[in-house]
Amino acid sequence: MSANDGLGAKTQLRAGTAYRRDWLWVAAFVHRLSGIGLAIFLPMHFLALGLAIEGEASLDGFLKWTQNPMVKIAEVGLVALLTLHLLGGIRVLLIENMTWQPGQKSMAIAAVAVSILVGLLLAVYLF
Amino acid sequence: MTSADTISSETIDVSVWRGGAEGRYETFAVPLRQNQTILDVVTWIQRNADPTLSYRFACRVGMCGSCAMTVNGRPRWTCRTHVSKVVENGKVELGPLANLPVIKDLAADMTSFFEKWQKADGAFVPSKTRHDPIEEILPNTPARIEASAAIECINCGICFAACDTVRWQDEYLGPAALNRAWTLVNDERDAGKSDRLRAVAAAGGCHACHSHQSCEQHCPQKLNPTASIAGLKRLTMHAYLRGDL
Ligand code: SF4
Ligand code: SF4
Ligand code: FES
Repeated sequence: MSANDGLGAKTQLRAGTAYRRDWLWVAAFVHRLSGIGLAIFLPMHFLALGLAIEGEASLDGFLKWTQNPMVKIAEVGLVALLTLHLLGGIRVLLIENMTWQPGQKSMAIAAVAVSILVGLLLAVYLF
Repeated sequence: MTSADTISSETIDVSVWRGGAEGRYETFAVPLRQNQTILDVVTWIQRNADPTLSYRFACRVGMCGSCAMTVNGRPRWTCRTHVSKVVENGKVELGPLANLPVIKDLAADMTSFFEKWQKADGAFVPSKTRHDPIEEILPNTPARIEASAAIECINCGICFAACDTVRWQDEYLGPAALNRAWTLVNDERDAGKSDRLRAVAAAGGCHACHSHQSCEQHCPQKLNPTASIAGLKRLTMHAYLRGDL
């Protein structure tokens, strides 16, 4: 065959993973990510709390520390992640332990929406 | 071909995987026709451009399950996938089904898919002989309803190709084999239930499923292997708690 017969250069077979653009796959992925996020941020959160109390040695100092905008933003993120992970986990538990419910896509989207809403409400309350 | 068959003189660029694990995409200009399926496109290439192109099909009407390929990155049954539905900017990319070794071009080696079917105890075990009277099976018992909902699998392997757990874990039995096992544990005529529950509860069995639902999203028969596997998870858990497993 000649060089310009339409044959591309030797290459890898494409993986065929376009399904990873689907809502439910993304929901599973986000659930994982939120879990990893929690695993990283929760210890930091407790460490920061511990250090704040110990370092300032007074409740007043701790309360002042919680007024720090960075701390507030981190807490909003943490609560949103927690909500997301909790709702995602409940969805999987329901799938695996109860009879099948249709509309999983809407439920996954609702879980994300509720988490964002919870984060926003907390942000409004804190700031 | 009459002129009425063609929409216009338009063509689409179809790049097709050529070779085995090592290979390349080869591009063909294929005339666009009305109601053309991806399988029509592949057949056109083989008949008019390159007779050495390898691919698999049999029934052409969505019954045999042999024509599945990767179409623009997704596993699909090609005989019932219209070009108009999947073409992107005048282009279609075709490859063999994913998560299986390539034999050549568009033909994937289905051996591991069917071996896993066996490993999940996917074969019916009769509880009666031909000398017994034929048993009456009511269609509306809860177990029969579960079995019937999952029974119309055509072994196309599309769910297997769309499952990340299959991709990541060699021993995972996959959605089709587990879905099959689910139909059998709900079949009152079957005598192999406890062995089968043991087979699907083992490593690489139903408990490895992450409930992603990619299988359910892609199954051309609109089956729900995720629900079947969830059923197996419950059954095996109950059997374990009872001490039967
Ligand atoms: S639900 Fe289970 S079998 Fe289906 S794609 Fe996800 S991991 Fe695979
Ligand atoms: S469950 Fe659906 S996608 Fe999977 S092999 Fe059977 S028919 Fe094909
Ligand atoms: S050729 Fe039989 S299902 Fe497509």
